[in-house]
Amino acid sequence: MAKRKYKVVHYLNQFYAGIGGEEKADIPPLMKEGAVGPGKPLQQALGEQGEIVATVACGDSYFAENIEAAAEGVVEPVSRYKPDVFVAGPAFNAGRYGIACGASCAAVSKKLGIPVVTAMYKENPALELYRKEVYIIPTADSVRGMAEAIPKMASFVRKLGLGQEVGLPEEEGYFPRGIRVNQFVSRTGAERAVDMLVSKLRGEQFQTEYPMPTFERVPPSPGVKELQSATIALVTSGGIVPLGNPDRIEAASASKFAEYNIAGVYDLTPDAYQTCHGGYDPVYANRDPDRVLPLDAMRALEKDGTIGKLFDRYYVTVGNATSIANAQRFGKVIAEKLKAADVDGVILTST
Amino acid sequence: MASIVPISLTVGANRIVPAVAIPHPLGNPALPEDEERELRLNLVKKALRALQTEVEKQTVFEE
Repeated sequence: MAKRKYKVVHYLNQFYAGIGGEEKADIPPLMKEGAVGPGKPLQQALGEQGEIVATVACGDSYFAENIEAAAEGVVEPVSRYKPDVFVAGPAFNAGRYGIACGASCAAVSKKLGIPVVTAMYKENPALELYRKEVYIIPTADSVRGMAEAIPKMASFVRKLGLGQEVGLPEEEGYFPRGIRVNQFVSRTGAERAVDMLVSKLRGEQFQTEYPMPTFERVPPSPGVKELQSATIALVTSGGIVPLGNPDRIEAASASKFAEYNIAGVYDLTPDAYQTCHGGYDPVYANRDPDRVLPLDAMRALEKDGTIGKLFDRYYVTVGNATSIANAQRFGKVIAEKLKAADVDGVILTST
Repeated sequence: MASIVPISLTVGANRIVPAVAIPHPLGNPALPEDEERELRLNLVKKALRALQTEVEKQTVFEE
């Protein structure tokens, strides 16, 4: 008797599923038969033993704005195919797509009880959200890493499909899920810790047994006391810039932020301002940039005395796939400038 | 002010005000212009209340 093929359902966003770009980013989940887009090389890499029976696709914005409902909307049609494995992505460094991959994997695993796996870049914000529940394979930060990602995903899917045991993260090549496994070792924790300390003092390499998370935590600032006399500044990662993007802030992976004078500006209008942010549909922000940087509302509150003053300059960058290292650097410099100008409070808007 | 609160929580924002949607966090093109302006004004007021509120840890200002 021929062995039964294991069945796989694959999750993709609207773009990789060939439905459309940002203009289709708000579509709810829909099913397509068989392998689609990156699913095709994935199927090829899986070979004869496994079959991608269906692909579930969803718009990135729809998913990210309705995470729970969208995940439900993925689980239900997927269950009809009775798959043995669910795989999502790769999402690379796309934030909304990463969330969709992580959340759909987590929901399928929980509701259908089948193994799941996705793949993304190490700085994708979805990694920290879902790594505990979902196997996540590291990829490059952009689609240029597709050819490298597919065989890794395929070998993991095969393992899950054949019901083989998954070993430690270092051996299998997935991000550690923070799960502790008991094991016997010959030397006590005290001895191992002293060894590490000695290595550290000697300037030698050592391997921690408990790495710390990398997101920086900042203590909350005290509340603004007298709003009526406070100077409030606007900062945005939504890419609102003077028309023509004079400082050429990149549409993705920004390497800089910019500072613009808004003294005497009471409303952001399409003839003077635009967004330079990639990755989201710019139509709404371009028609009325106040939808991202609420300058008109701040002016109204300045006029009626709710706040003392809107700060004369605003700071802008693009959050799309911008590295954490760059974002932290921008944040520090902007904060220093605002402090030096005696700004009392900041409203930061992100898209 | 952000459309995807889980991301704001992950990256460590301390005062978070949920916004409308990714392409228009402080607006809603489906509304008439005056209602949209009112919506934006109210969201900004909420952010100002958040700025005035003492917080010890990450806080999402739902209401």
